[in-house]
Amino acid sequence: MLVLEVESSVEWMFVCYTEDVPENGGACVKVGEEQIAIFNFSRRGAWYATQNLCPHKQQMVLARGMIGSTGDTCEPKVACPFHKKTFSLLSGECLSGDEYQIKTYPVKVVEDRVYLGLEKGQ
Amino acid sequence: MMNVNLDPLFQKPTVVVIGNGMVGYKFCEKLLAKTAAFKLVVFGEEPRPAYDRVHLSEYFNGKTADDLSMASLDWYREKGITLHLGETIQEINRETKTIHSLNGITQSYDYLVLATGSSAFVPDVPGVEKNGVFVYRTIEDLEMIEAYARTARKGAVLGGGLLGLEAAKALIDLGLEETHVVEFATRLMPRQIDSAGSNMLFNKLQALGLKVHLNKNTRTISGEDKIKGLEFTDGSSLDVDMLVISAGIRPRDELAKLAGLETGTRGGVVVNEKMQTSDKSIFAIGECALYNGMIYGLVAPGYEMAEVVATQLCAAGEREFRGYDMSTKLKLIGVDVASFGDPFVSEPDSRAIVFEDSHKGVYKRINISNCGKYLLGGVLIGDANAYNILLQTVNNKIVLPPNPEDLILGARGGEAQAGAGVMSLPDEALICSCESVTKGMICSAVTEDGVTTVDGMKKCCKAGTGCGGCIPLVKDLINETLKANGTYIKNVVCEHFDHSRQELFDLLKINDIHTYDEALDQFGKGDGCELCKPTIASILASLWNDVIVKQQPIQDSNDRFLANIQKGGTYSVVPRIPGGEITPDKLMVIGSVAKKYGLYTKITGGQRIDMFGAHLSDLPAIWEELIAAGFESGHAYGKALRTVKSCVGSTWCRFGLHDSVSFAIEVEERYRGIRAPHKIKGGVSGCIRECAEAQSKDFGIIATEKGWNLYVGGNGGSKPQHAQLLAADIDKETCIKYLDRYLMFYIKTADALTRTATWLNKMEGGMSYLKNVIINDSLGINDELEREMQSLINNYKCEWKEVVDSPELRKRFVHFVNAPQEKDPNAKFEPMREQVKAREW
Ligand code: SRM
Ligand SMILES: Cc1cc2nc3c(=O)[nH]c(=O)nc-3n(C[C@H](O)[C@H](O)[C@H](O)COP(=O)(O)OP(=O)(O)OC[C@H]3O[C@@H](n4cnc5c(N)ncnc54)[C@H](O)[C@@H]3O)c2cc1C
Ligand code: SF4
Ligand code: FES
Repeated sequence: MLVLEVESSVEWMFVCYTEDVPENGGACVKVGEEQIAIFNFSRRGAWYATQNLCPHKQQMVLARGMIGSTGDTCEPKVACPFHKKTFSLLSGECLSGDEYQIKTYPVKVVEDRVYLGLEKGQ
Repeated sequence: MMNVNLDPLFQKPTVVVIGNGMVGYKFCEKLLAKTAAFKLVVFGEEPRPAYDRVHLSEYFNGKTADDLSMASLDWYREKGITLHLGETIQEINRETKTIHSLNGITQSYDYLVLATGSSAFVPDVPGVEKNGVFVYRTIEDLEMIEAYARTARKGAVLGGGLLGLEAAKALIDLGLEETHVVEFATRLMPRQIDSAGSNMLFNKLQALGLKVHLNKNTRTISGEDKIKGLEFTDGSSLDVDMLVISAGIRPRDELAKLAGLETGTRGGVVVNEKMQTSDKSIFAIGECALYNGMIYGLVAPGYEMAEVVATQLCAAGEREFRGYDMSTKLKLIGVDVASFGDPFVSEPDSRAIVFEDSHKGVYKRINISNCGKYLLGGVLIGDANAYNILLQTVNNKIVLPPNPEDLILGARGGEAQAGAGVMSLPDEALICSCESVTKGMICSAVTEDGVTTVDGMKKCCKAGTGCGGCIPLVKDLINETLKANGTYIKNVVCEHFDHSRQELFDLLKINDIHTYDEALDQFGKGDGCELCKPTIASILASLWNDVIVKQQPIQDSNDRFLANIQKGGTYSVVPRIPGGEITPDKLMVIGSVAKKYGLYTKITGGQRIDMFGAHLSDLPAIWEELIAAGFESGHAYGKALRTVKSCVGSTWCRFGLHDSVSFAIEVEERYRGIRAPHKIKGGVSGCIRECAEAQSKDFGIIATEKGWNLYVGGNGGSKPQHAQLLAADIDKETCIKYLDRYLMFYIKTADALTRTATWLNKMEGGMSYLKNVIINDSLGINDELEREMQSLINNYKCEWKEVVDSPELRKRFVHFVNAPQEKDPNAKFEPMREQVKAREW
């Protein structure tokens, strides 16, 4: 299997300002034709990003989901507003026992600007 | 030819299992749990390891093949089982004690276990080979049905038995416009339920949109390559695009027959009570085995057969198969159906008690021994809540109470009784028949091993992991044992808070907590989740009645955007129309707003108007226009007061005793916006004819000659319940005073997402206790309740107005924060009857 160099293949893209994303909540940004959900997990001082599409019923809503954590390791997660399926904000794995996997993206905040790490060429 | 003979290093005797279905798998598990003395080799014809066929239909509800799998390939590897998948055995040579597979594998055995199950029985009707004709047995069958159903409009199922009705449900779930069931007999499920029960089921299924044809003998399946319809011997016909045949099962005994083992005339490998076939070193278990002239088409008896063989092989004592109880319960298309014990015995061998409510579609029959002491069996249609306890009563020969009719009519406070009833079972009562778990084992898992949840019980002793039918009973047993041990069963909110909602309510109030983060820091752990956030949001709102949008991200998604989210991600808009009264001018405003924003409009069941399909970014503008015209939020999205329905009352109606519309408006405006553990609905009727359906609401007010009657704790929804009388012939002021107290008491003490009906059902002492609190002030809290309610009322603000007036808050109502003027391109509509609807997902 081919293992890709992650760091060097990432390109940082400015997508919005920190104040655009509510504290402990999410917002959706448009990158080309893609919709990406960005989460401002201010309680943990962390930012996360995933695809906006909930794989369950193909709904563009994850940014409107509620975030939180689960388990002893406090795995950060988001719950889809439609049927409350939850997904890890770290791995994109579905935590409610289904086989879904969503994309996650690295996020970087510099001053009041939010950047998304996208694969080069996107 | 490949030869996988006895491994020379391991001189263990070899047990070969043919068939890797549910029972074949269970046999491996059971044998290995008892001994490591054998080498196990398994051949399965299907491409994947054994999976849960009982829950096959859940494949259509999103379960994957992996979800249904009984054990992973790793499990077989770890246990040292040699598993050959996709290998059909075609011959058994009893002389050389070897078997041969279609692909050329030869394997010798010391003991052979046939677990070949059965296949769907396909009757000899011309045309069964046509495209669009299926059976319902394997995951592959379901994949083919699912693919074909995408282009089909009308489907039929041949066979109105247990499996046929399950298949019909699957077709409905797959979205076919029409689903038919064709049955040869004169009634449905003739093998499980009596004819009165069948009739009730028939009516109920028809009412639910399933088209049932009885007494139909199919002559031929018409169509060229593809099925086009069915033609019956009575000359009638039915056009369909697809057909699922579910006319029974045929045991797979072809190998056994070929090998000269004794088989039944109507199929099945003949076995004795040790599950031995006519060859002592060959066993047959599961649906291929014919014991005492009977094929057991259920999984629990199959598991018992597996246990019998495993016990014998490791010589761990005698265990014999003694026949099996064929009781079943299933949920068919929203109708409970159960039969237990002997459903058919009748006079003069027994007496029957029958309860029939054709209005609700409920039929219950219990058969009682002539001496009146024992329950022999029965049938339940439409409401099978009592199934588990009735089955236990039969199986354990429990002596009946003096009024056995209570068993099906439900004595008052029936739920509490059913819960306590389980404790009266003997320790050896079999609770989970799939896994042979007794009451004693469950109780000791609770007492000795500290198991407190159903999931824990599944891990600990496997109870509830088979067909799942015993889960309610397991839950009751866990709770009752905990109670008996003096353990306080705590209803905690979630993993982040070790408190019940009521405790949190008190804690947040006493400690003057106003934000979620403060609550989490002081009383919780971790970062919260989708369970505790909305619960606390609702408590904070009930305590301080602060504007909901201030704490947006902890609100449930609907409260976060002050609208109900719908398919496709758009929202609905419901302005308050108190009491259902609206002026022509306001009607026109709704019309013009809906037109301007392209919204679908509908009169709701709550006497107001819902506008569907609003884009997130249009919501503030829509509300701005509505508010300007004098509307306010209807809180259709909140756990809050919804509507107070009214009938026209004395202003126009010739029977009206008082002005119900004015009273409904007054009450609706009084409690609007107040947050509660669940939504609250009310109704006011002008006389006992009850046109406002007030008795189906959380509170209902009905005019009497002398004043008003106040009813509380009613509910529509999935478990309808009539409200109960709290006070009679009271005046308006008293009525409002009692309502203030009642609602505030509910808000403070109910669990999250519990309607008033459920709250009242669970309340110890029930209605008489509530009356004592509300009317006689038995807790001495009424002044406080009234004060708290008044402060909530005083703090009311229309939350949509707050948003419309605040540029800060309006900013949150966009789909893309980096392209606020763009709408979500994925929210799509389709035309329907001059309006639009959301695109199917
Ligand atoms: C619009 C409406 C149906 C209609 O077209 O008529 C409706 C629509 C919904 N109902 Fe309802 N209910 C509507 C009247 C009712 C009624 C009849 C009534 O109020 O008289 C009932 C039975 C009465 C009762 O509640 O006791 C009713 C019992 C439910 C229930 C079951 C509650 C229960 O206790 O079992 C739910 C589910 C829930 O709340 O958990 C529900 C949930 C819903 C939700 C919110 C489902 C959801 O989460 O998306 C629907 C939202 C639609 C939307 O997007 O706006 N709806 N729903 C009705 C709105 C009335 C209104 O003006 O506010
Ligand atoms: C849709 C559906 C719903 C059901 N619902 C219920 C329910 O609610 N409750 C209940 O108790 N029961 C239910 N059942 C019945 C239950 O699934 C069966 O009783 C159970 O699966 C029987 O297990 P088994 O191992 O004997 O047979 P199977 O599960 O059929 O397994 C037999 C296996 O042997 C394989 N095989 C056959 N011949 C050969 C060969 N020559 N070589 C190699 N492999 C071979 C077959 O391919 C199959 O994989 C349901 C069945 C269906 C289809
Ligand atoms: S009954 Fe069901 S489908 Fe109809 S509106 Fe209510 S929740 Fe939606
Ligand atoms: S659409 Fe996301 S959970 Fe169903």
